[in-house]
Amino acid sequence: MSTLLEVSGVSVSFDGFKAINNLSFQIGAQELRAVIGPNGAGKTTFMDIITSKTRPDEGRISYGDKGLSLLSMSESRIAQAGIGRKFQRPTVFEDQSVADNLMMALRKARGPLRVLMFRPTPADHDRIAELAGEIGLSGMLHRKSGELSHGQKQWLEIGMLLAQEPRLLLVDEPAAGMTPAEREHTTDILREAARTRAVVVVEHDMEFVRRLGCKVTVLHEGSVLAEGSIDHVTKNEKVIDVYLGR
Amino acid sequence: MSETSLTSGQTRTPLALRFPSVLVFLAMLALFTLGVTILSEGFGIGVISTSFVKTLGKTLCLCLVALAMDLVWGYCGILSLGHMAFFGLGGYAIGMWLMYERTRLIVVDSLAASELPPTAQEISDGIATQIFGVVGASEFPPVWAFAHSLPIQLAFVVLIPGLLAFVFGWLAFRSRVTGVYLSILTQAMTLALSLYLFQNDSGLRGNNGLSGLQNLPGLDAVPQATVSLWFFWGSAFALGAGYLLCAWIVSGKFGSVIRAIRDDEARVRFLGYPVEAFKLFIFTLTAVIAGIAGALYYPQAGIINPTEIAPIASIYLAVWVAIGGRGRLYGAVIGAAFVSLLSTWFTGGQAPDINLGFYTIQWVNWWTVLLGLSFVAVTLFAPKGIGGLVDIIADRTSPNRHGADLGPDPGALREKEADK
Ligand SMILES: Nc1ncnc2c1ncn2[C@@H]1O[C@H](COP(=O)(O)OP(=O)(O)OP(=O)(O)O)[C@@H](O)[C@H]1O
Ligand SMILES: [Mg+2]
Repeated sequence: MSTLLEVSGVSVSFDGFKAINNLSFQIGAQELRAVIGPNGAGKTTFMDIITSKTRPDEGRISYGDKGLSLLSMSESRIAQAGIGRKFQRPTVFEDQSVADNLMMALRKARGPLRVLMFRPTPADHDRIAELAGEIGLSGMLHRKSGELSHGQKQWLEIGMLLAQEPRLLLVDEPAAGMTPAEREHTTDILREAARTRAVVVVEHDMEFVRRLGCKVTVLHEGSVLAEGSIDHVTKNEKVIDVYLGR
Repeated sequence: MSETSLTSGQTRTPLALRFPSVLVFLAMLALFTLGVTILSEGFGIGVISTSFVKTLGKTLCLCLVALAMDLVWGYCGILSLGHMAFFGLGGYAIGMWLMYERTRLIVVDSLAASELPPTAQEISDGIATQIFGVVGASEFPPVWAFAHSLPIQLAFVVLIPGLLAFVFGWLAFRSRVTGVYLSILTQAMTLALSLYLFQNDSGLRGNNGLSGLQNLPGLDAVPQATVSLWFFWGSAFALGAGYLLCAWIVSGKFGSVIRAIRDDEARVRFLGYPVEAFKLFIFTLTAVIAGIAGALYYPQAGIINPTEIAPIASIYLAVWVAIGGRGRLYGAVIGAAFVSLLSTWFTGGQAPDINLGFYTIQWVNWWTVLLGLSFVAVTLFAPKGIGGLVDIIADRTSPNRHGADLGPDPGALREKEADK
């Protein structure tokens, strides 16, 4: 299996506090990976670095077959290169309808002039309807997304992520605000997505991670504490100490 | 503007049908134009004075620049406090030709009486002395190089504001200057420009500015009553066209993206959109619209001087849009028309003074205070402005779910915590 993303020796500190400490991480082109760790372990910061929201002090990140270095690219270029991200806090454009949110996310040309000339085709509308069905928002396409519940906003953001058709999905706490049934549906969607692309899921909920049934990376104080199957890491002494034993 | 989105099947519906407000607006504008024409001195029954026709024509230009302001601020979230600089530059560009050409005709006329036919140099010197005598110069400054050519000066109406906005925007957006800092920078730009123009050696007649712009060269025989209507029609047409253009821009995906930039520009970047390019596009386009509005305004005002570009002018522009209701095109038009006409009424001395017994409120002085208070009140109590009334009438309010839990499980963050 080819490697899609390789993070090596990355560190970042905020005012002297080392949020990420010599972190290395790899993920294959079709792989599902869960990242767990206590609050403040640096999981979100890790995603910030990959998407260039935060610049690391040192380290390298190479992406894709050609080994692109993400460090010199802007956020929008990185997104165009196929890295999609769902934020911890649901961030959808609340002033706009569900359909508009999805339409913006659809994988199309992103330059101003191309966007200005863009008129959706019936195929685009069908794709949006299909996505809406997948995320359970079919009846809500024309509601403002600000009117959705938090769980529904999470869904919408997952839908936007899928609409982008990224090669690498970074998903930060997707299940917060969801009912058990919805969580199950989320795991299904993520597992399905990982058949054709790489997916990194940050999640606190152990049941959720267990259901994903994938390799788990445990972060602690900005570096990898353990890596392996869920049963393997939950047996790890250090992991029990810092995380599960609390 | 009702921002209902497209459904399949609606793809080919014309813009006007998807946005009934556009049709309504254009119809009202046409009726208004017709009404004023019928009531005017130039072509109608003479109920409305020529000077009032000019006031109305100028108001239409202000509505157009307010539209530009709404696009850049209300839709794209860039609070530019410098758009009146672009408006003024448009006015200067057309004003130079108007002044040059009229002076040339006068000079040629007066030299025709002499025995020898005047040389080109004599004519040029004569024009220069006429125009620049007030600032103690008698030669054409380099900026007047093309003042003799109407097509070139017309091109400058869009090119100069556009170029200035492009360069300014490119520098500012590339360094990711946003929010208050950007507003301050735009204020600095318009202040610097007006201070520069105030200087006598700026080449644009310092604080005298350009004058006599209401007289169209070679058309001295046409009465102002007629000319005023020409400009009125031109302004109405420009406003209608500008409205259509803006409605088209904000209706589709482009509109979605710029509103998204306004609400959360970082998130838009993660969707892969080059936010800076979008901002630059909108900033430059609206500067061009402002330039065109200015080029139509100043021939009706008759005079332009650097005071027009002072920082306060751009602040007023933002106030109009805020009072009218930003983020909807008709709101900007309503705000500009309402506040500027009201302002003309108050500052023109027509408003009755209020005698409080111990103090007389003279509106000429107190109008600004009233305007300031209204602005504060609108910002605090009715952020949607006058346009918000439409929502209340149409019952278009939406529930607010802010501040709730992100999720039911104990590990879930409250929205406030997750905000960081
Ligand atoms: N921009 C920043 N400035 C200063 N400190 C920061 C910044 N971003 C993150 N941190 C700190 O870095 C540490 C790691 O934060 P991060 O958000 O990555 O944790 P996390 O693993 O996502 O935690 P959670 O489970 O609560 O989401 C925290 O201690 C946080 O306070
Ligand atoms: Mg986090």
